[in-house]
Amino acid sequence: MAITAAEVARLGELARIRLTAEETETLAPQLEVILAAVATVSEVAGDDIPPTSHALDLVNVFRADEVQPSLPAEAVLAAAPATEDGRFRVPRILGEEQ
Amino acid sequence: MTDRLLDYDEALATFDPVLGLEVHVELNTASKMFCGCANVFGGEPNTRTCPVCLGLPGSLPVVNAKAIESAIRVGLALNCTIAPWCRFARKNYFYPDMTKDFQTSQYDEPIAYDGWVDLELDGETYRIEIERAHMEEDAGKLTHAGASGRIGDAEYSLVDYNRAGTPLIEIVTRPITGTGAKAPQVAKAYVAFLRELMLSLGVSDVRMEQGSLRCDANISLRPSSTSPLGLRTETKNVNSLRSIEAALAYEIRRQAAVLSSGGRVTQETRHWHEEGYTTPGRSKEQAEDYRYFPEPDLVPVAPSAAWVEELRATLPELPGIRAARLQAEWGFTDAELQDVVNAGALDLIEATVAAGATPAAARKWWLTELARRANEAGIELAELAITPAQVAAVQALVDAGTVNDKLARQVIDGVLAGEGEPAAVVASRGLVVVSDDGALSAAVDAVIAANPDVAAKIRDGKLQAAGALIGAVMKDLRGQADAARVRELILERLA
Ligand SMILES: [Zn+2]
Repeated sequence: MAITAAEVARLGELARIRLTAEETETLAPQLEVILAAVATVSEVAGDDIPPTSHALDLVNVFRADEVQPSLPAEAVLAAAPATEDGRFRVPRILGEEQ
Repeated sequence: MTDRLLDYDEALATFDPVLGLEVHVELNTASKMFCGCANVFGGEPNTRTCPVCLGLPGSLPVVNAKAIESAIRVGLALNCTIAPWCRFARKNYFYPDMTKDFQTSQYDEPIAYDGWVDLELDGETYRIEIERAHMEEDAGKLTHAGASGRIGDAEYSLVDYNRAGTPLIEIVTRPITGTGAKAPQVAKAYVAFLRELMLSLGVSDVRMEQGSLRCDANISLRPSSTSPLGLRTETKNVNSLRSIEAALAYEIRRQAAVLSSGGRVTQETRHWHEEGYTTPGRSKEQAEDYRYFPEPDLVPVAPSAAWVEELRATLPELPGIRAARLQAEWGFTDAELQDVVNAGALDLIEATVAAGATPAAARKWWLTELARRANEAGIELAELAITPAQVAAVQALVDAGTVNDKLARQVIDGVLAGEGEPAAVVASRGLVVVSDDGALSAAVDAVIAANPDVAAKIRDGKLQAAGALIGAVMKDLRGQADAARVRELILERLA
């Protein structure tokens, strides 16, 4: 599967990782190798093995609808780089209209 | 606002609208979707969070059984198939309303799909096909700090994660065709129906003004009903039944103007402003890429057929059936009932009747006087600061002859202004009808004395002239008299 530099640039954009032109050129063939390695799994799995997303053979793991104590707001906000009025303060959000 | 708009009728004569509605309903579970934090509206910011809903590393979400139960019941009520096996997925995006940088949602395996509802509107039945109803979690709440509070000139934003992780059901319709000029009303009727449905299921408090029911309205136009679908816009921030109708009517007129002048509709998100127009938001020319993948922290949900049947047995009387029952009980015509349903007044009238008013009186107050005031204030009937019990109390005062209709409206003014219960308003404003014949007679005599010409006409048998004298007496008594009794007294004297 051929990965182009443009595809790497797009992935970088989606993941909010700034990549230089040299980096996208270098990463494209590397990603190709990784994808090829992962693809070997499908060579082993026969038609009788369904695709899976989970290591555990479990379904319906639920909790009862009961309220548990939350964390104190001070403790929660203490971990934030910036706060104001009991809220997390985040930089101006660019490039999007609400 | 600079949009060119085509006249509505002209737009509909030229184009065929196609609707699509996405409705988000916040479930009223006690706790959040994946953690035990309390699920309630408002409160001090960031007081209902924990490692799970803050997305702290190492935290493990666990699904709320009640939320699944509610989702299945909603799916069944919408005549959907319930998935025997489905998964949650991560919807990846970067925005500070989600600490995890993804929203836990469902992607290609919704818990409920392929349903339908039938809506009655002006004697016609419209079938709305439901594509899917899936589960997801709500995001935190952003406040944009800056000159206008708008994101464009915000210096920074503040985030409250109390709402993050609230269980949501998103209900998505298939494209709705064949509604023609009724498209905005059909959309409104659909959302009104969903609101009634959620209330009867008891799964949400569906308060649009608090955001527990939110609607994104898609619409596109095409030259005729056989043409392929046109490019659509998705209008967000439509947070009342009235806005849904108004926003869609606006988009029809705007898109029609664009297309009529040979232009092309931009596929985009638009924002509805209560002042009555939409503005463009994010362009959707480039399809969003959320890189969905199955949520590895949650195991699949596989409701057994037995569980689904058990839940089906708990479905209450559904809105259509309930409306039909109430119509029979109240003796309303089809048109009267439809007005009540479309005004979102079914519950209000039911509660007013339960508080002792006759159905006709309850309908009269809610659909005329109170509807006018809600309209003027730009709010929903249910948001008016008067309860069904208070409306019933106002009617009781009218029935007892304490006040007449005119004074009753002043009583309503007082209740809405926060002056207390109807009886208290009557007392504090001195609104009681003058029923003392002595006082009435004195007022009548004074008016007759002051208007000898009119009095002479009435003596000559021109009874219609009495109107002028009745008006004068009512004016002297500041409206606080029974007009019929005043007329009697005048005619007695001038017989
Ligand atoms: Zn939590």
